[in-house]
Amino acid sequence: MSGGLWQQCWRRLRARPSTMIATWILALVVAAALLVPMFSPFDYATPSWTQVFHAPAFAGGHLFGTDSLGRDLLVRVMWGCRISLLVGIAASLISVVIGVSWGAVAGYVGGRVDSAMMRTVDVLYTLPFIPFVIVLEVLFGRHFLMVFIAIGAVSWLDIARIVRGQTLSIREQDYIEAARALGVGTRTMIWRHVLPNLSGLVAVYATLTIPGIILFEALLSFLGLGVHAPLASLGSLVAEGTNEMQANPYLLIIPAAFLATIILCLNRLGDALRDALDPRHEPGHD
Amino acid sequence: MRCVTRSIPATSLAMTDAREPLLQLRSLGVTYHRDARVLRAVDGVDLELRERECLGVVGESGSGKSQLLLALLGLSAPGAQLRGSIRYRGEELLGAPRARLEAIRGRRIAIVFQDPLSALNPFLTIGTQLTEAARRALQLGRREALARAAELLSTVQIDAPAQRLRCYPHELSGGMRQRVLIAMALMCEPEILLLDEPTTALDVTVQAQVLDLLRTLRERSGVATLFVTHDLGALASMADRIAVMYAGRVVELASATALYGAPLHPYAAGLLRSLPRLDLPLPARLPSIPGQPPDLADLPAGCAFAPRCPLVHERCTQRPELRVLPDGRALACHFTGSTSAVDAAWTGT
Amino acid sequence: MSGTPIMLEVRDLRVQYRSRQAASQPAAFAVDGVSFSIDAGESVGLVGESGSGKSSIARSLLRLVPATGSVRFEQRELLSLRGSGLRAMRERMQVVFQDPLGALDPRMNVAELVAEPLREFRPAMREQHARQVLAMLARVGLGSEVLARFPHQLSGGQAQRVGLARALMLHPRLLICDEPVAALDVSIRSQIANLLRDMRAELGLALLFIAHDLPTVRYLCDRILVMFRGRLVEQASREALFGAPQHPYTRALLAANPVPDPARRPASPVPAAAAGGSAMTASAVKGGCPYRDRCPLAFARCAEEAPVIRQVGASLVSCHRAGE
Repeated sequence: MSGGLWQQCWRRLRARPSTMIATWILALVVAAALLVPMFSPFDYATPSWTQVFHAPAFAGGHLFGTDSLGRDLLVRVMWGCRISLLVGIAASLISVVIGVSWGAVAGYVGGRVDSAMMRTVDVLYTLPFIPFVIVLEVLFGRHFLMVFIAIGAVSWLDIARIVRGQTLSIREQDYIEAARALGVGTRTMIWRHVLPNLSGLVAVYATLTIPGIILFEALLSFLGLGVHAPLASLGSLVAEGTNEMQANPYLLIIPAAFLATIILCLNRLGDALRDALDPRHEPGHD
Repeated sequence: MRCVTRSIPATSLAMTDAREPLLQLRSLGVTYHRDARVLRAVDGVDLELRERECLGVVGESGSGKSQLLLALLGLSAPGAQLRGSIRYRGEELLGAPRARLEAIRGRRIAIVFQDPLSALNPFLTIGTQLTEAARRALQLGRREALARAAELLSTVQIDAPAQRLRCYPHELSGGMRQRVLIAMALMCEPEILLLDEPTTALDVTVQAQVLDLLRTLRERSGVATLFVTHDLGALASMADRIAVMYAGRVVELASATALYGAPLHPYAAGLLRSLPRLDLPLPARLPSIPGQPPDLADLPAGCAFAPRCPLVHERCTQRPELRVLPDGRALACHFTGSTSAVDAAWTGT
Repeated sequence: MSGTPIMLEVRDLRVQYRSRQAASQPAAFAVDGVSFSIDAGESVGLVGESGSGKSSIARSLLRLVPATGSVRFEQRELLSLRGSGLRAMRERMQVVFQDPLGALDPRMNVAELVAEPLREFRPAMREQHARQVLAMLARVGLGSEVLARFPHQLSGGQAQRVGLARALMLHPRLLICDEPVAALDVSIRSQIANLLRDMRAELGLALLFIAHDLPTVRYLCDRILVMFRGRLVEQASREALFGAPQHPYTRALLAANPVPDPARRPASPVPAAAAGGSAMTASAVKGGCPYRDRCPLAFARCAEEAPVIRQVGASLVSCHRAGE
């Protein structure tokens, strides 16, 4: 749809080494997360009472060591990455779809509809998230899917507000007035003219929401509300590692390092995307 | 801002005039690198501004006229590479330390920007903004500075100056804001006044008043003026000499009467012909210059105007240098015919 | 002019803008009781300074802002149309905006932009859209190489041509041009002015040309309306307006117009003190003639009684002193 703008964006992204490094690191982590469990002789769930608390070592095949149940930490960390990224991306997508629709309609239509929609957002903001997640899980059981739905259901609020703000300014643009003068209806207007012009903003916020969601999921898992054993997310691994911190610090450090790296890289990408899509920004001068 | 100075070529723009040049630009270049493209906003400009004169610089988008002004005061956008020489009373300004440029700005060389609404801080009163620079540069106390500000406001024909000092920019009309900008520029009694499209954003009746004001101020104070605009109509009553710019280069430099009466460069001639006028009978068809203003990142090898020129010739693949003609004019064109020959070439298109 | 059907008839048009802060103050009238008409195929210029209401007239005709009064377009009452009636009207009345790049959606390429009117109104004939788009682009002087370009890759002149192509796709009867050349480079202005003239001749369009640039208006328009602060102060044919202007404001406009001839010393303009005043101009003047603050001919009656429109010479003027 807008080949020109994305090509320019890509060029700008390529221009900065830190962005490309972040992208490569992320790509490596994703590749490892996908491939390592497929080729490893160990799986994430099988306990082995003989291999408990092995420190990381090349010999013995456990590169990252084993945990309290003798499970290979490397495979568990890779699964953790898979789960965290999956939750992050899926929940981010859900929140983007809801948030963008909500914000674009509220912003474009304006008037009482806008007021009603944004008051709803305000009310939902006051909802304490953790108890809400607990209630959802109690009602619908601790199904894995519940985790993304719960997170998606609370994260769309920010995006809705931002999208509404941007839609308000898009609405004042001459080309919107030109399309109205042409006779384009409201629904078509939002779909054809407003949404594409939000795409840059949405790409940036979607990217920047993922780290937040991953951390939120990590918090939930840390509290025991996220994925349940034997599945692991980086958050639950950090929780387990915290228990063993004194004696076997590697159980905490390794998953935490992966979590931090993923979040840093995503933040870097999100920032770089935002700069690359800003028509006034000069690359190479920050 | 990276500055690369080269040895200055010996160009002599010997106009038959003994007045000392206040400002001398030699081979001035301003280049930007953006998204892997090289934009030569200003490409080797030689100009002089003399005492008490008004030099007009006229051009369209991409001509480099605004970039020229900004470069003079070291106000180019970050990322601009400057080369050449800018001498103010013999002192080199290009690459001068920031402190020196800040001392000169406002005090000796003042600038009036195009859009009065964005050039004024909406959160400060007019009085504060007027006195801000003057107090530092002239070491004036608050009361003295305000008195001087009030005096200047009445010079620029704003009524009730004392009250206006307490107003905020949004409380004034566009014409008044522009006058405030002019007053601000004059606060420190500068020697040189730079004007960047000062009347473009104004209605035609207000424009006439502001131009009249500028003329009066010039007569009274003798300040040298560099007037940058795209509006040839406005310049006619203001400028002594006019430099026509195209694609970052000066293509013609002549006295106002010579330029309007007998333009020699095809671009200048084409531009003048395409202006619809109230004082001449209605043409059957309005003449126009075909094509569009050049893309600065993608200029042709020789003369930048060649793609649109009715007199284009194979020698135009060589860039024409700005030469001085016997009558004192300067022209950058390979064609050496008379103004009527140029006119005939346009009529033939 | 006699015998040609009147295409657009405006009576007592008023446009009011609600000022958000000052709920207590009466809202300002951007357009304050304006009446005029346009014949089929006629080219009418609408001039005035900023704040005169000329853009508001355009917006109210296009039903982009609410207005009161009567506007009969092709015998139908425009202001009360809604739904499909309104849509049908939009096909017949189109607009070209001032900012050529701003009026084009930055996320759509030229092909999509010019095809949009067809997608809206003639969706059934999709296969022919491409051909029609190319044909229209050729008419406005653009080749097929611009089809894939995005607005930011076009020059101002090219963008305005695209805007014009878009407006003409449905063969409207009336084209409203809101300062179409003001934002363009000087060397491009005459190109676009000529293009408008050619298109008008070719398609038999009526033109409502809104501008503040008098010389261009003189070139393009048969009849001219002069506005000041929401009111129509003079209406005359081209010859009458430029030859013998009746209203003091028209005369001031003509006198202030800069002439590119250094030999002509401009006449001394109206004193600045008269032009001063707050930014909120429209609501400031109560009763009487809105021009009296700046008018060299103003006398007592101007403050008490608003002048009515009457015929003076070949013009319709709204001034107590006209014709003296």
